[in-house]
Amino acid sequence: MSASTTQARPVPAAVGQRLLEISGLKVHFRTDDGMVRAVDGVDIGVDRGETVCVVGESGCGKTVTAMTVLKLIAMPPGKIVAGSIMFEGRDIVPMSPAQMRAIRSKQIGIVFQEPMTSLNPVYTVGQQIAETVRHHEGLSKKAAYERAADMLRLVNIPSPQRRVHDYPHQFSGGMRQRVMIAMALSCNPKLLIADEPTTALDVTIQAQILELLTEMKERLGMAVMLITHAMGVVAETAQRVVVMYAGKVVEEATVEDLFANPRHPYTQGLIRSIPRIDLAATTHTRLEAIPGTVPSLLNPPKGCRFAARCRYVTEACLAAEPPLVEKAPGHKAACIL
Amino acid sequence: MIAIPSLLGISVILFTVLALAPGDPFEELATNPAIPPEVRLQLRASLGMDDPIYIRYFRWLFAMLQGEWGFSFVSRINVDQLILQRLPTTLIVIGSSQILALAIALPVGVLAATRPYSIFDQVVNTLAFVGFSLPTFFTGLLFIMFFSIWLGWLPFVYNTNITATGWQWWWEHIRQSIMPVLVLGLFQGAAWTRFVRSAVLDVIRLDHVTTARAKGLPESRVTIRHVVRNALIPVVTLVALQMPIVFGGAIVTEQIFRVPGIGSLLITAILANDTPVIMAVTFVFACLVIFFNLLADIIYGWLDPRISYR
Amino acid sequence: MAGSTPVSATVSAGGAPGVLVTPEARRPPISPWQDAWRRFRKHRLAVVCSGILITMIVAVLVGPLFYRVPIDGIDFSVRLQGPSWDHPLGTDDLGQDLLARILYGGRISLAVGFAAMFVAVFVGVLVGSLAGMAGGKTDAALMWVTDLFLSLPQLPLLLLIIYLFRDALTGVVGPEMGVFILIVTIIGLFNWMQVARLVRAQFFSLREKEFVEAARALGASRFRLVWKHILPNALGPVIVAATIDVAAAIIAESTLSFLGLGFPPDIPTWGRLLFDAKDNLDFAPHWALFPGLAIFLTVLSINFVGDGLRDALDPRRVK
Ligand SMILES: Nc1ncnc2c1ncn2[C@@H]1O[C@H](COP(=O)(O)OP(=O)(O)O)[C@@H](O)[C@H]1O
Ligand code: SF4
Ligand SMILES: [Mg+2]
Repeated sequence: MSASTTQARPVPAAVGQRLLEISGLKVHFRTDDGMVRAVDGVDIGVDRGETVCVVGESGCGKTVTAMTVLKLIAMPPGKIVAGSIMFEGRDIVPMSPAQMRAIRSKQIGIVFQEPMTSLNPVYTVGQQIAETVRHHEGLSKKAAYERAADMLRLVNIPSPQRRVHDYPHQFSGGMRQRVMIAMALSCNPKLLIADEPTTALDVTIQAQILELLTEMKERLGMAVMLITHAMGVVAETAQRVVVMYAGKVVEEATVEDLFANPRHPYTQGLIRSIPRIDLAATTHTRLEAIPGTVPSLLNPPKGCRFAARCRYVTEACLAAEPPLVEKAPGHKAACIL
Repeated sequence: MIAIPSLLGISVILFTVLALAPGDPFEELATNPAIPPEVRLQLRASLGMDDPIYIRYFRWLFAMLQGEWGFSFVSRINVDQLILQRLPTTLIVIGSSQILALAIALPVGVLAATRPYSIFDQVVNTLAFVGFSLPTFFTGLLFIMFFSIWLGWLPFVYNTNITATGWQWWWEHIRQSIMPVLVLGLFQGAAWTRFVRSAVLDVIRLDHVTTARAKGLPESRVTIRHVVRNALIPVVTLVALQMPIVFGGAIVTEQIFRVPGIGSLLITAILANDTPVIMAVTFVFACLVIFFNLLADIIYGWLDPRISYR
Repeated sequence: MAGSTPVSATVSAGGAPGVLVTPEARRPPISPWQDAWRRFRKHRLAVVCSGILITMIVAVLVGPLFYRVPIDGIDFSVRLQGPSWDHPLGTDDLGQDLLARILYGGRISLAVGFAAMFVAVFVGVLVGSLAGMAGGKTDAALMWVTDLFLSLPQLPLLLLIIYLFRDALTGVVGPEMGVFILIVTIIGLFNWMQVARLVRAQFFSLREKEFVEAARALGASRFRLVWKHILPNALGPVIVAATIDVAAAIIAESTLSFLGLGFPPDIPTWGRLLFDAKDNLDFAPHWALFPGLAIFLTVLSINFVGDGLRDALDPRRVK
């Protein structure tokens, strides 16, 4: 797999302007055992109309980062300890609950990992989509249902007029994820956050959902922050990539740069672990998984957090945490190499 | 249609108890000069005391289901009439107390669950424990001491022959119902508050609640439409399971305040060895429990769309 | 409840993906009982209530040895008196000492509570093991019966059974013992359902576990299997259920006595004391207050201890 698989995409007019700028974000959780430093210094920027992928293994703080952007984490036990989240030039962190509600769905839509549990089982999908648009746009009941049906049609759900009256349990996992996407896009947000939208789905369905996301982005022109733990997904969808490890960003680059010249040993490992394209549809085997596991975020190790699993580790790596620095124009990495 | 097997099951248990009971429960009627021998023979025949057991069971069951419950030795009227006279009072007292219990449990349980481990939550939790650890017979006596004897506000004995008319009649009835309803309602309210709280705590962590928040809905709407609405589903089941306890409490309460319902009828009948009444009231209680279970099933299906489509 | 483990604490922090690492798992190894004790201690009310409960048990057991006032010393000159030095909790309408009677009644209430709990646990373990072991139709039938028992109108049935059987049993073993056996058996038979469900659930959750398979392959007898592997695993939740059963049984017995249909009138159970006192509320409130408080305190303490035990022994359950 290389950068050549990513094709050039039509670039929406407003590209280039920063839409979202997360800087120095730290989110900690108070637990019985101490502070879990789930997000511990994260910088991510998303331009208008751009797709940014956030990659990293399970448990490295991607979901917490995404949820923090909409302030959906439970506080307490969670707390935004430091950093800012600028959205269209305004900082989200100090915003009041009322200000947040105006941003949720209207400005930033979100799709979660688990389509089976993300919808309320006791309401029809039509009711759930209509609820969103009625709240933000004050539509009449009838108009809201029409919008719901339109949204279902947009995400390629067959016979949408009939399906709006169905309950979530009457949809398959892939179809529910389409409903979630329809709901997240129903108020035409400027940014869509998709948190591992395909992880819970079958391999064939995964491809369809990614395709749908790409299609939606092209038609509606919103920016997308796509969170995933699979490098394969990155190559196919993103323009820029942020690699996270143990609550920190360890590398950031354009897709082409990253695949051609991965700087951080963790990124290199992730790329090596991509299933080959000809096997991808039939097997789940990781060809070369990175040995070891993500360290505890309770007491992160001193120095480079990847040291325990890194094949190039030296004394210097253990002494101090390598900062995220620009190694080449537009290509940052946090490694002493 | 779960109700029919349970009704059969309960009737089998009831019948087994009767069949296993030592001696002939009607034996002493023979020695009771107040009961004419024809009545006794008629009773024996209507219960078919001498047939094989399964025939006796079915005959007994059909007689019970048709309301042929015999004749009260003490009141000297048909048992079904006697019960029909008293059933409305019991249902009104139980009904109002359940409404009171819900009116307490829903808001308090939801408020406590949405502020878990806060002072309010801890106070509510402690009070709930106190509430359902206080047996109804003791609460009843405490209420009488407090409201009737000390404050002198409420009558402590239920009066069936209120002479007043118009709104005065209503007022007297409400006044004398306050304590029985309060005793039952507070007890159930305490238990249900805990059910509501734990059900809400279970739902509030679910993904779809985060989805609702992500939509930008106000917190009140998220709580009512996406948390409480879903939490009602398990609460209905738990409430249905409490029905036997509710009826037990009703018997005690009616006895304390001399409310003329079927609960106090049961106690009077037992103290007077009025066997047909005892059996009929037990049977009616069994039917009521099943009826409420059935009702709970219907509400459950209505609350949870996943059920009706199965 | 005060000091309970917050929900969020069970969210795994770090560790292998997909493996739930509870905070406890990463502590230095300590025995599960120490761990349970550590959790129990956090529930302050439960700790306080265990103290109250133990005090009450000790009081009713050894109290009468020191407080040697007869329970049936009739003395009309001191009838219906409030608390005094001679009679710390006052007297009833016959001038009998209430403290002595409450201590005596406490023995009966607690004895009924614990005995009925043992009956319930015995039947529950039996039914649960049978259902879990047999599976299939037997299991379905037993679970149906369990659900049926949960929807029985208990108090009316209890009253009916006692009405029908009391005289026969009393004739065989005497009034006091007869009623005791009857009440304990029936209350026990009305409270086994929770235990049965828990034990059965343990079977199903352990059925696929390797060590059970291994034990079976080694030819362990079914009884041994249940005794060595299933029950110890179900122990925590069963203890919690059993605790609540004690409270339920005490309330059931007091209710019967309060309705005048429990133990014979000369035996001063707590419920019976209330029954006798209820017509004298206006001039002798102490007569009803003290036995009522005794029941309330006992039941409340047991319920709180049960809640603490749930935190301690059944931590996965979110209350
Ligand atoms: N509510 C919480 N309380 C305590 N720790 C939490 C909480 N939510 C998340 N965490 C911790 O934060 C870390 C990052 O989690 P997450 O963002 O879900 O990872 P990812 O999405 O990358 O798989 C994990 O170690 C997790 O245990
Ligand atoms: S800093 Fe050292 S340990 Fe960390 S990734 Fe780079 S080489 Fe490996
Ligand atoms: Mg995640």
